[in-house]
Amino acid sequence: MHIRFIALILVVFSHSVFSAAKIETWQTSQGSPVFYVETKGLPMVDIRVVFDAGSARDGYQHGIAALTSALLDTGAAEWSADDIAQRLESVGARLGSGVSKDTAWVSLRSLTEEKLLNKALQTMQAILTKPSFNEADFQREKGRTLAGLKHREESPGALANIEFLKVLYKDHPYAHPSSGVVETVTGFAVADLQNFYKQFYVANNARVVIVGDIDRQHAEKIAQSLIAGLAAGEKPESIAAVPVPEKGVTKHIQFPSTQTHVLAGLVGMHRKDKDYLSLYVGNHILGGSGLVSQLFGEVREKRGLAYSAYSYFSPLLRKGPFTMGLQTRNDQTSQAVEVMQNTLTAFVEKGPTETALLAAKKNITGGFAMRFDTNSKLISYVSMIGFYQLPLDYLDTFQQRVDAVTVESIKDAFKRRVQPEFINTITVGGE
Amino acid sequence: MIFRVILLALVCLPISAYSSSVKVHERTFKNGLKVLVKEDHRSPVVVSQIWYKVGSSYEPGGITGISHMLEHMMFKGTKKYPAGEFSRIVAENGGNENAFTGRDYTAYFQTMEKSRLEVSFELEADRMRNIQLDATELKKELEVVTEERRMRTDDKPRSKTQEYFMAMAFSNSPYKNPVIGWPSDIANYQVDDLQAWYELWYAPNNATLVIVGDVKADDVFVLAEKYFAGIKTSDIKPVKPQTEIEQHGVRKTTIKLAAKLPYILMGYKVPVLNTIEDESEAYALEVLAGILDGGSSARLASKLVRGQQIAVSAGAGYSMMSRLPEMFMLDATPAEGKTVFDLEYALKQQVYDIQRELVSEQELQRVKAQVLASAVYERDSNFYQAMQLGMLETVGIGWEKVDEYVEKVNQITAEQVRAVARKYLVEEKLNIAYLEPQPLNQKKLVRKVAGGRHAH
Repeated sequence: MHIRFIALILVVFSHSVFSAAKIETWQTSQGSPVFYVETKGLPMVDIRVVFDAGSARDGYQHGIAALTSALLDTGAAEWSADDIAQRLESVGARLGSGVSKDTAWVSLRSLTEEKLLNKALQTMQAILTKPSFNEADFQREKGRTLAGLKHREESPGALANIEFLKVLYKDHPYAHPSSGVVETVTGFAVADLQNFYKQFYVANNARVVIVGDIDRQHAEKIAQSLIAGLAAGEKPESIAAVPVPEKGVTKHIQFPSTQTHVLAGLVGMHRKDKDYLSLYVGNHILGGSGLVSQLFGEVREKRGLAYSAYSYFSPLLRKGPFTMGLQTRNDQTSQAVEVMQNTLTAFVEKGPTETALLAAKKNITGGFAMRFDTNSKLISYVSMIGFYQLPLDYLDTFQQRVDAVTVESIKDAFKRRVQPEFINTITVGGE
Repeated sequence: MIFRVILLALVCLPISAYSSSVKVHERTFKNGLKVLVKEDHRSPVVVSQIWYKVGSSYEPGGITGISHMLEHMMFKGTKKYPAGEFSRIVAENGGNENAFTGRDYTAYFQTMEKSRLEVSFELEADRMRNIQLDATELKKELEVVTEERRMRTDDKPRSKTQEYFMAMAFSNSPYKNPVIGWPSDIANYQVDDLQAWYELWYAPNNATLVIVGDVKADDVFVLAEKYFAGIKTSDIKPVKPQTEIEQHGVRKTTIKLAAKLPYILMGYKVPVLNTIEDESEAYALEVLAGILDGGSSARLASKLVRGQQIAVSAGAGYSMMSRLPEMFMLDATPAEGKTVFDLEYALKQQVYDIQRELVSEQELQRVKAQVLASAVYERDSNFYQAMQLGMLETVGIGWEKVDEYVEKVNQITAEQVRAVARKYLVEEKLNIAYLEPQPLNQKKLVRKVAGGRHAH
């Protein structure tokens, strides 16, 4: 059914995102992979340069990846932070940068008109290849990061998140928060950031992603010139495998809030996991489909225990977390946790019904086009495909692979991967 | 017409890039339902939003938040589609759906693959008139909304500060009330209250249907007619004006809450597009907000966060698209060793600078370039485009203003920016809230409860 649907689209909309979603790839002269999708219709382009330089690369300096990223646009080449901001904003361009567990990225959204785009690209190039790391800028940004970390302590949800990952990942580089902690960030010196930059912001560790109304030739030129100034460097060693799950623990952190934030879960799956689709589709039914998921139904619709109740897998280069979450009035925490646990246990034991699986498949495949119907969403997908080295036809084959999932494969995958006795439960709130 | 403006703004821009401003098709059915359709054929998807002219600013005392509560109850079933069916059907058709309530609107939306638009129309038309309110369901959903309030406001010191700030700043305007409602009001909604509210406002002559996506306008009108044209109208009485009384002098409040960082919120009472005599003043206030906080090169980031390093963050904002007069907002978090009073002084200094000296041509051009670029970027999202149309129409400005925005901003001069700063950003109309952090009393302690699973 959905296959026919896709074929129809390819025929009728030969100029839409669908045919354009064909990902082209090549390498810059320094060997950095480039991933490119041409989209027509709007005179704009999105560009992202992605490095394997996320918080998993922090070493013992938790937060160094994030602060390095934050410093990039505060001075580069001969320009100050003000100069950089003016150059970009005077042409209506939007620059972004940030880190995840696995990646650090610098992104640009610009109009495609030549003079505007060139000015934006020239600025982005300087930020990527010639950041200044001035002492004064460093001190200021460090102060801002520390204020942010302090602010985080107001939030029971944020505290729960930190504790949750610590319990799951112990000493693994996925265990600490990406923005670091006060104890580590306080000790940073500007040289630490320079070293981090020198090691990880290198051509052999970079990928360029371009989505927009730019032809191939132009895209090649952009990718080449954007990162030509990077040192060749070396691709870093892969980060360590994550710890094998063991019996789950339950921890409570006292906090003066009216609600208790609950996070429960375990080490889940990685990006190329062989169980990826069974776990993904299974979780869609369990807690990933918003208003119609089982967790939402049991916790909110049937019992009114929480505003939000959900679960999700965060697949990473190594196994990322499987997380279930809710927030509830302090005095009904144990009831809510029990409902969450029972819902999971029942799901792991019995698996979904055929009807539920069919409904989930219809939702996923029927809404497939909405996953990348904007340049913003599309560049996220293409970046993911590029960074995790997924097949270029990942999107094209996605629906078929979803369709191949069975009740049995979900049951099997959940039984092996989401054993209820391995679930860790963190609660943060009042009593 | 618009070409000339663009040439003024960015001499090097090719006109063709912006000449493709997409037509909005409009039709009003006999029962008063207004339907707006914008075609966007970049992807085979469609978003459908229905906007009702009702929100927290329509609510009398005692039942604040009832529009939001009703929004929740709209998912609890009709005679034809019992509780849960609506969401199940949308999901099975590959759709995403949700709803949102603001001060001036309540809106429901579905995004679908384009061939499923009819599914959305049938369900949405049905629940415009036919929901079945049930006391048991209400009791449960009331708990859900209370949890929502705890999450959004009660446990967030800054959100709570904002709530107290609004309650102080407005004397009699309904903008003084939070959208989600005051706790004791939420606790006491009855089925009758909700039924009355539903009957009062949910009618075709109080709604706008907005469709953006890979559709043909004529087909959409035919389809909409099939499902919506037969719905009976209501006698909608205009909401009372509740015009805010004049403010004579600065108002200040200190909020002491368990928190880690101090915070200051400042707001000057200002008119909005809907209420202003000379509408260029509203656009000038927009530009003024852009001069102060239109990005990293804007004054607050450049002068307070970087230059003086007095704030770790600082912002300014003005939303000209409200139904009732608003505030021009400033907020900031002090840097280590600085206080909210240092920030108050520094923020006022920024206002004073703009009142005294003309903003530079470079700054003005920067804001205009950003507005122009945003107009292109926004078209990347059907949802955003539909939001704009729905909101403008629902607050009473009219969707047509969407197309004027870039041009109107472009006409604003440095003199006009200075003039509105002098006229509106005055001490007599200023409101200030200081968040004064109190210790997070209960000591943070990690307690290992048990190995294995939580025992009960």
